[in-house]
Amino acid sequence: MSQGDLFIVFIALIGGAIRVSTPFMFVALGECLTEKSGRINLGLEGNLVLGAMVAYAGSYTTGSPWLGVLMAGCSGLVLGAMHGYICKLPKVNDIAVGIAFMSFGIGLAFFFGKPYIQPTAPRLEAIPLGGWSSDPLVAQALQVNPLFFLGIALALFLRWAFANTRWGLILRMTGDSAASARAMGVSVDLVRLLATAAGGFLAGVGGAFLSLFYPGSWNEGLSSGQGLMAVALVIFARWDPIRCVLAALLFGAAGALGPSLQSIGVSQGYYFFNAAPYILTLFIMIASARSKSAAREAPGELSIVK
Amino acid sequence: MFTSSLTRRSLLKAGAAGAALAALPFGAARAANPIVIGAVYVGPRDDFGWNQAHATAMDILKQVPGVTVIEEEKVAETDAVTQSMESMINLDQANLILATSFGYYTPFVVEAAKKYPNVQFRHAAPLWKEGDPKNAGSYFGYLNQAHFVNGVAAGLSSKAGKIGFVAAKPIPSVLSNVNSVLLGARSVNPNATVQVIFTGEWSLPVREAEASNALIDAGCDVITCHVDGPKVVIETAEARGVKSCGHNASQAPLAPKGFITGAEYKWETIYKIYADALATGSELPNFIAGGYHNDMLRNTPYGAGATPEAIQAADAAIAGLKAKKPIYVGPLKDNTGKIVIEGTMDNYDPVLDGMGYLLEGVQGSTT
Repeated sequence: MSQGDLFIVFIALIGGAIRVSTPFMFVALGECLTEKSGRINLGLEGNLVLGAMVAYAGSYTTGSPWLGVLMAGCSGLVLGAMHGYICKLPKVNDIAVGIAFMSFGIGLAFFFGKPYIQPTAPRLEAIPLGGWSSDPLVAQALQVNPLFFLGIALALFLRWAFANTRWGLILRMTGDSAASARAMGVSVDLVRLLATAAGGFLAGVGGAFLSLFYPGSWNEGLSSGQGLMAVALVIFARWDPIRCVLAALLFGAAGALGPSLQSIGVSQGYYFFNAAPYILTLFIMIASARSKSAAREAPGELSIVK
Repeated sequence: MFTSSLTRRSLLKAGAAGAALAALPFGAARAANPIVIGAVYVGPRDDFGWNQAHATAMDILKQVPGVTVIEEEKVAETDAVTQSMESMINLDQANLILATSFGYYTPFVVEAAKKYPNVQFRHAAPLWKEGDPKNAGSYFGYLNQAHFVNGVAAGLSSKAGKIGFVAAKPIPSVLSNVNSVLLGARSVNPNATVQVIFTGEWSLPVREAEASNALIDAGCDVITCHVDGPKVVIETAEARGVKSCGHNASQAPLAPKGFITGAEYKWETIYKIYADALATGSELPNFIAGGYHNDMLRNTPYGAGATPEAIQAADAAIAGLKAKKPIYVGPLKDNTGKIVIEGTMDNYDPVLDGMGYLLEGVQGSTT
């Protein structure tokens, strides 16, 4: 492997991190928000797929991709609100409802998405940030979608809001001790309903990225479990929005490893390199979950923690 | 039975049917014996790929008078396919089942064929062998011939002489398509190369997009593929401003600027053979292997990416294949330097069905 080859792989990893990470980022941030309130919504894969379909359909019918993104978010909001409402009923398990909503969202998307597989909808445009470089590889890797920056800004905002605002405090209190929240006069169910709905909105936007930017088309095989992986990323990121972004970037970069190594001629063992993101996650999770602080960071009301 | 049916009425009917039979051999028989063909797909009908190729053929079959077509999509290669086939047989009186996915055959199609001896089953992969139920069978197209034509057109439409191939899994039919693209390109440009990236799965849109980008970054200026739904690959190539060749079904509308041509099945040829055999009551062939010589393949009409020389050479290549001109002409080495094909191989030689290598000139590895 020459130095030039290493450069190609390096650029591909950066490009991959930017291109592939955004849906992970949005779903993970949405799930982080929901879990901070003490509830798990496993159904975000459904929001993601439905969001992808609605965004594509919206962009196709209105001609405006950004309107499609907004509609995708709203479809996710509705699914999230339904999840939040059902979970407040007595003796309802949020994980089981989440699995039901995953199937529901995917089913809805496939049912209503049929007529939108063949047509071509207007896509989101990228911002070419690599114009300074004469290297076409760099220029290509730095074709960045605005949603990517929106995700990072959102993570910073959430981190700040969790720590420094009244709303953030209420959310964390609901997630850590429902009894205290009730004692303070906070409606636990309402907080969780809003947090799940907002989380659902973000997951829907993540789906819009899949269908309107990268890979940028709607078909029934579009998501290969990104929504589910992103839920796992939240645990991996230990409920910290910034770490959610970092985990999403790492996952995106690791996913680009297999194809880019094959492109420079390291073609042996691609099954192993393709599995790299999952192996990496496993190791980091083992390493990070062993610490006591990891256990402290989990919201106390989560059904998996209790 | 015979005596009781000898009434004036039945004689008239038989006479009329006989007269009609003489004039319109298929029509009358169809009227007496409705033909219901049930097709089972593993994925969505409109995946721009394998399933769409079958569904398009079924749409053509629907136009044939007397033929009823029933379809079910997204049927998993599990017990689900048995249930689909049984409901088509028991509720819709299907007399021919077309099971279009590789994993349907054993045990599902074989078991169903034993259970319903009066129904015909045909499966789209070369798996039927002597000893399997007589009412089952296989049909298959050697798509690598159309990929050879892709290679010819790509070889003359590419400036760099470097063709990128996004492949799903290193199984013989995929490897044969990769190798045929190379041989096609080399037939018009001896310096052409093919670079292949395996994704490891039949349908993984994000990784297919990554692989296409990686190939384009590596300098390939024509991209083609063998994955279940080529939509993402073709659209990524078009968005990056490079040319593309299709696979399985027509992807021409996806790439108005860079589409060259594509390798397509012409399943309707086989399906019409089956429908006609059912209509006349003759036996359905148990095994049909098809290629250009028996009108079972086609190349997508040339797009804006094809140069005039490429069109001319590709048309000549198609004419050659129709006359059974061989693709694999030895001696050929694999890309580790070992001689893998000594002499000239017939395009339908069963030895080629076990292909496990990439030819010299292909960058990539099967493991």
